[in-house]
Amino acid sequence: MSETSHGIGGLSFDAKKRAWPNEMNVFIALIAIIVIFEILGQVLPYMKGQSLLFDFNTNRDGTILNMVRLKIIILQVSIIGIIAIGSTQVIISGGIDLSPGSIVGLTAMVAMSFAQTALVNGNPNPKAIFGEAWMDLPVIVPIVVAIAVGTFAGLVNGLLVAYTRIPPFIATLGMMVAARGAAKWWSKGQPISFPTEPFGAIGNGMSGWSPVVIFIGLAILFHFILKYTVYGKHTYAIGSNEDAARMSGIKVDRHKVLVYTIAGILAGLSALVLASKNLTAQAGMGVMYELDAIAMTVIGGVSLAGGRGSIVGTVLGALIFGVIISGFTYLRLDAYYQEMVKGVIIVAAVVLDQWRRQRAAARA
Amino acid sequence: MTNDIILETRDLTKHYGGVHALQGANFTLRKGEHVAIMGDNGAGKSTFVRQITGVEQRTRGDVIFDGKPVHFENPMDARNAGIETVFQTLALADQLDVPDNLFLGRELVKFKLGPFSILDYKAMRERTMGALEKTGVKIPNIRGTIERMSGGQRQCVAIARTATFHSKLTIMDEPTAALGVQETAQVENIIRTLKEAGEPLILISHNMRQVMDLCDRIVVFRRGRICANLDIKNNDITGEDVVAYITGAKTQPEYADAA
Ligand SMILES: Nc1ncnc2c1ncn2[C@@H]1O[C@H](COP(=O)(O)OP(=O)(O)OP(=O)(O)O)[C@@H](O)[C@H]1O
Ligand SMILES: [Mg+2]
Repeated sequence: MSETSHGIGGLSFDAKKRAWPNEMNVFIALIAIIVIFEILGQVLPYMKGQSLLFDFNTNRDGTILNMVRLKIIILQVSIIGIIAIGSTQVIISGGIDLSPGSIVGLTAMVAMSFAQTALVNGNPNPKAIFGEAWMDLPVIVPIVVAIAVGTFAGLVNGLLVAYTRIPPFIATLGMMVAARGAAKWWSKGQPISFPTEPFGAIGNGMSGWSPVVIFIGLAILFHFILKYTVYGKHTYAIGSNEDAARMSGIKVDRHKVLVYTIAGILAGLSALVLASKNLTAQAGMGVMYELDAIAMTVIGGVSLAGGRGSIVGTVLGALIFGVIISGFTYLRLDAYYQEMVKGVIIVAAVVLDQWRRQRAAARA
Repeated sequence: MTNDIILETRDLTKHYGGVHALQGANFTLRKGEHVAIMGDNGAGKSTFVRQITGVEQRTRGDVIFDGKPVHFENPMDARNAGIETVFQTLALADQLDVPDNLFLGRELVKFKLGPFSILDYKAMRERTMGALEKTGVKIPNIRGTIERMSGGQRQCVAIARTATFHSKLTIMDEPTAALGVQETAQVENIIRTLKEAGEPLILISHNMRQVMDLCDRIVVFRRGRICANLDIKNNDITGEDVVAYITGAKTQPEYADAA
């Protein structure tokens, strides 16, 4: 790929040249999947020429895009997408995190307890957790609480992974079970509802787009952090070759604690948006979210072996995920097929990653 | 006389459980001197290096570096003190590119903000190019990841890394073990550059010709002990002599207890 690089005095180097970015492949896959759905829309007789993303006939809002479906696609992946931003960092660092779904459940319960309003339609809040003094608090309180719970859970994960010899898979599996238990214990299994209006705005504001805005905002922030800061460089380095990172003086253990803590915070933020959007919190919230998040990252080209991947890839992976789910609804296929195809896609993405790694290893 | 000694070890010893990998090593290195360490596989050469560079903690003994007793907690401490090491197992991150690897653990930053300090990619690239030019290392594309490079190119990157940063002492553990003729020549050129710059070097190598060409002195390790200290610049010592010390056919009288 570098035949054209120029030489200086027998040395040849080229500072500008970069390899074909893997994100491009993911993007092409996204386009290909959309095209397949569009073709199926035209070909399958019962679809009567419907389109997944375009809206040629009823041009309601002056665009040829079907904005309603586009919004659904992005909205339905935003909340898990926030988790996937954390999973991306954990997996790049060579780890895995199975706990975010449960952290979402626990955080939603605890945060919602500090977001309740005293009066519902003039009557006392039927789901009240604490006394009146703890109601109608400023919205910053549940936000801080959510971040604190996420931080705590992530910190415990990080400390377990970094300072015990427990593999991340097991350490975070423990957190997955424990946090779910804590979520159920918190209100003895009762849902917690009726938040204040400002709290409800977190996940419902900006005419329903706010989860998307929060997701994309966090994605941009962490894209920048991973690409342009020492933290990001060390995350890749640890996932790429942990011994090399250690020999180079990177404080690997401390760094891992930070990575898992950030993943915990992102799970907490995801819970905040979810609880707000639903205006209620239940102990069962977020079940299996971690697997969807991992699927998004893997589809987006993050290698489960560590060292490889990006936030841009994960965002594209999340969109592929969203398009497939919406595509199945649009083709009026049963939800069972969705789950099955999701499974197939995850395995395919992992196989692809393995194959890519073997090729790289064979070249060396 | 003592103040021109850059590194001295006294009774440096490392036991791994019952394995006495290194026993009572007394070693000195003068400023500007290039010393080779030779010995059979498992003789304790890499172990010796690991005790000096803070990769492991020694069982007993002293390390005096640049006039002061030192006790490095980790390789970074050693590096901060001025010891650059090319370890036998390459310490490179495969998925990162050349500048990333050269500056791993000591990135140049534009803006300090703890772990979230902003990287100065441009400065790191420019200094990388400078280092490669200085050392004559040929890498087709410095922004390609290490995994796309040949074993020889990887080794050159690891060695260019030590040559990039001015150090008081450079240690190379079998830097040319896996290299072809050309790459070996490149590495040897880097070593000559260090010699000209007056930077001291410890070179672990099994290559007799290389050691005879490049070094002032050979220290031979056998079964965890030093068994010979050969001044090859000033004495007439042949390769056969060195081999005799390595295999145990000969031992210098002052190291008789090592036999
Ligand atoms: N971490 C360890 N635990 C136990 N024994 C070890 C360890 N590291 C090295 N050893 C043993 O210590 C001895 C010296 O090993 P060392 O790596 O220093 O050899 P070497 O001289 O560098 O050999 P080579 O030329 O093969 O690189 C060997 O017998 C080895 O098996
Ligand atoms: Mg060795």
